[in-house]
Amino acid sequence: MLLKMQRCDFSAMSKRKSKENSSANGECISQVQRILRERFCHQCPNGKLFGVELQYKHLLELLKRTTIYGESNSALIIGPRGSGKTMLLNRVLKEIMEIKQVRENLLQVHLNGLLQTNDKIALKEIARQLQMENVVGDKVFGSFSENLVFLLEALKKGDRNSSCPVLFILDEFDLFVHHKNQTLLYNLFDISQSAQTPVTVIGLTCRQDILELLEKRVKSRFSHRQIYLINSFDFKQYLKIFKEQLCLPAEFLDKSFTQKWNKNVQSLSEDKTVQDVLQNHFHCSKDLRSLHMLLMLALSNVMVSHPFMTGSDLLEASKMCRMDSKANIVHGLSVLEVCLIIAMKHLNEVYEGEPFNFQMVYNEFQKFIQRRAHSMYNFEKPVVMTAFEHLIQLELIKPVDGPSVRAQREYQLMKLLLDSNQIMEALQVYPNCPTDVKQWATSSLSWL
Amino acid sequence: MPNFEHPEYPEATLLHLESVVPCRESQVSQLLSIFGERQHFSFPSIFIYGHTSSGKTYVMQTLLETLELPHVFVNCAECFTSRLLLEEILTQLRSLSSEDKPGFHVSCDTFNDFIRLFKQEINAQGLQNQTVYITDRNVTVVFLSEIVWELFRPNTGCLEPLTLYFPDYSIGNLQKILSHYHPPEYSADFYAAYINILLGVFYTVCRDLKELRHLAALNFAKYCEPVVRGEASERDTRRLWKNIESHLKKAMQTVYLREISSSQWARIQQDDGEPGHLKGLSAHAHVELPYYSKFLLIAAYLASYNPARTDKRFFLKHHGKIKKTNFLKKHEKTSNHLLGPKPFPLDRLLAILYSIVDNKVAPTANIFSQITSLVTLQLLTLVGHDDQLDGPKYKCTVSLDFIRAIARTVNFDIIKYLYDFL
Repeated sequence: MLLKMQRCDFSAMSKRKSKENSSANGECISQVQRILRERFCHQCPNGKLFGVELQYKHLLELLKRTTIYGESNSALIIGPRGSGKTMLLNRVLKEIMEIKQVRENLLQVHLNGLLQTNDKIALKEIARQLQMENVVGDKVFGSFSENLVFLLEALKKGDRNSSCPVLFILDEFDLFVHHKNQTLLYNLFDISQSAQTPVTVIGLTCRQDILELLEKRVKSRFSHRQIYLINSFDFKQYLKIFKEQLCLPAEFLDKSFTQKWNKNVQSLSEDKTVQDVLQNHFHCSKDLRSLHMLLMLALSNVMVSHPFMTGSDLLEASKMCRMDSKANIVHGLSVLEVCLIIAMKHLNEVYEGEPFNFQMVYNEFQKFIQRRAHSMYNFEKPVVMTAFEHLIQLELIKPVDGPSVRAQREYQLMKLLLDSNQIMEALQVYPNCPTDVKQWATSSLSWL
Repeated sequence: MPNFEHPEYPEATLLHLESVVPCRESQVSQLLSIFGERQHFSFPSIFIYGHTSSGKTYVMQTLLETLELPHVFVNCAECFTSRLLLEEILTQLRSLSSEDKPGFHVSCDTFNDFIRLFKQEINAQGLQNQTVYITDRNVTVVFLSEIVWELFRPNTGCLEPLTLYFPDYSIGNLQKILSHYHPPEYSADFYAAYINILLGVFYTVCRDLKELRHLAALNFAKYCEPVVRGEASERDTRRLWKNIESHLKKAMQTVYLREISSSQWARIQQDDGEPGHLKGLSAHAHVELPYYSKFLLIAAYLASYNPARTDKRFFLKHHGKIKKTNFLKKHEKTSNHLLGPKPFPLDRLLAILYSIVDNKVAPTANIFSQITSLVTLQLLTLVGHDDQLDGPKYKCTVSLDFIRAIARTVNFDIIKYLYDFL
C-alpha cells in the first residue's frame, strides 16, 4: 500500500500535465521502454561517439589498409572496463562493411578469452568460424597439432593480391596470455608479420600492463600498436551524454510525445537535484555502464500513470545503486550476533587489528553480560558458538589462514571484515536495539 | 485492486501473486518494473542478496511461474562443477518446450560449447525475442546469494550486476508469517499469542524463518497441553507461559543446537513433562578412561596450558619462587586459555606424569600405548609429521570443563596446578 501511495505522490504533478495525452500513452510508453531498454541493456548507446574520434580514425585506417590494400597488421585496444572498446570496434566494423569490396571478401574470426580457455578450444573455434575443410557442421576433426598445421599452411599459402583478408578479434586478450607457451598468440602474430594472406590481429583488453605479460618472442612479433581508450570527458560533457542517452530519436511514432519527452529531459538536466545525483555518480565512476544502470533503474518507474521521468526517480535509483550491502546484512542479524560483532570491534581496538579467536570473543561477551547487561540473557557457550558460525557463513568474519583441520574451532584465528565506522552506522539503524548494547558499542569496558 | 500495476499481466494474476507473497510487496513490485514487458530487454545480470530464508528463492520462483516467463532454475550447491552447471541449464532449457521428453541429457564440456548449444536451443524454440531468465541475446542471469557482491567481484572487473537487497523480516512481519501456519483446530489469536511467546525467547538468538517455523511446530503440542487437559482456558496466558517457559529454554540448548533430533524431542514431550535427562550429542563425547589414561590426559592438559618455565614451580618439591610481574598478570592476551593449547614434547608429558601420580610409574609399553589411544580418541592431537619417531609433539584438545570433570573423578585439584589461575 505504501509504495502505491508514494507513486501517486510523484505522479500527481505529471498526471495533471499529461491528462490530455492519456489515450495514446499505453502504446507510446511501451515503445519508449523498448527503445531505451535496448539502448541501456544491450550496450547500443545512442548518438555519436564522444571523445574517441582520434581512436576511431586510427582503427578505421588500420582496417582499411588490411581489407583494401592487403597489409597485415596487429593492434591492441586498451581501456578500463566500460570505456567502449567493443563498441568502438563494432562501429568501425559496421562502417567498413558498407564498402562492397570488403563485405564480400573479409573473413572474421571472433574469439573470447572467457570462452576459449585453452589453445585447443581456440583452434577448434577458429576452424569452425572459418568453415575450413576439417569442419563438418559443428564438429571439428583432428588433433590440436593437426589443426594448427592445417591452419598455418592455409594461411601461408595465400598472397596479398588474391586471397581474402582475415581479421582475428580477440576479446579479453589478457586471458589468452595465460595459455601454455602462448602458442596461439605466437602463431597469430607470426603470421601477421610474414607477407602472405593479409591477416590482422586485434586484441581488446582492460589491463594496462598487458605488454609485460607477453613473452619476449611474442612481444617482438607484435607491432606495438596500441590504441588507448580513456574516459577523458569532464562533468559538462557527462551531462551532455546524459541528455543524449535519454532523448528519443526523431523518427519515433508520436511526434508530440517525443517533443514533450525531450523537453522533459532538458529540464531534468537543468534541475539541481538531478545535477547533484549525477555529480555524485560521476565522482564514483565515469564510465557509461554505471550511468546506464542508473538510467535503467529510473526508467523502470516510467509507466502510463507516470509517463515522464522525474528527479525523484533518479534520486531513488541513485540510492539503490549506492547502498552499503554489508550494512544491510548487519541490519538483519540477531541481537546476539550484533553483540558478538561489538565484542570483536572492541578487541580490534584494544589489540590494534590483530586476529582473534572465538574464545577471546566469548570472554569479552561474558564481561559485558556480567557487568553491564540487563536485557541480555546469559546464553550458553554452544548457542554463542552457533551465532559465531553464522557470522562465518555470512563471510563477515574470515579465518586468517584458511580452514585448518588441526586447530580446534574455538581457537582458530579470525579477522573481522567490517570496520568500526560501518558497525556504528549500522547500529544507528538497527531496529529495536537494546540500549545497553548500544552503550556498550560506544564505550568499551575499561580494564579494571 | 492489486498493489502491483503492470500493463502486460492481467489483474487476476497480480492479485494471486500478492496473496502468495506476504510482506514482500515492495520487492515484487520492484522486480516487476525491472522485468518490463516480455519482449523488452532487461538488465543482463541481477544480483539479489539477503539473509537465509528471507524469501529470495521463494519469491523468484513464484514470480517467474505465475507470470509464466521462460526460466531455468539451477542450485549451485548441487551443480558445483562448471560442467554440471552448464548441462543442467541446457537440459532444463530443452525441457521448457517439450513436456513429453523428460530425462533428455545434453552433454556439454566447456563454456564455449555451452554458448553454441544455448544459441541453437534458443533459435529452435523461437524464444529469440523473449527474455530468458538465467552475448548478444536477450538473457538475464539472476544470482541469489547470502554473501554480498563485493566478495564475489573478480580481480579485473566484470559487467556489474544490478544488486537488489531483500531486507530481513521485522519482528512484526515474522509474527504475521508464522501466524499464517496455524493449525485449524485452534483459533488464530491463540496461535498468535503462542508465536509471541516463542519469538520473545528465540528472537534475540535467531531470526531465520525456517528455524523458527520448525521450533513453532515442535513445541506447539506442549503449549496446548494445559488446554487439552482442561487445566486452563485458551485465554489464560500466565499459566500457559509458566508451562512452556522452561520447555522453550531447554529447547534452545538441545533442538536448536541439533543436539537431539526432533523425533527424540517429540518422544520426550509425550513421555513425561520433565525434559531433564536428555542425552545430547555432545554428551557422548564423555568416555570412561582407565586410571593412568586419566592422569596422562591431565598431564597433557597441564603441559599444553602451562608455559614450560613454570614447570619447576609446580612439580618440584623444592622450588624457587618465580617472578611474575604485575604487568604480565594483567595482560590477558597471554592467558593461555584464550590462545589455545600449545604443543609439548613427549618427554615433558612423562615428566609431569611422574610427578603428579602418587605411586611409581614405570615407562612401559602400556603407558605409551595409552598415549596413542588418547590420540585416536582425538583427546590429544599429534603435531608435526607422522614419521618423526624420536621427538613426537602433542597438543591437548579438551576443554576446561571436561578436564575438571575428569580430575574430580581421581581427586586431583587441577586448578591449583594451572598457571592462569594463580
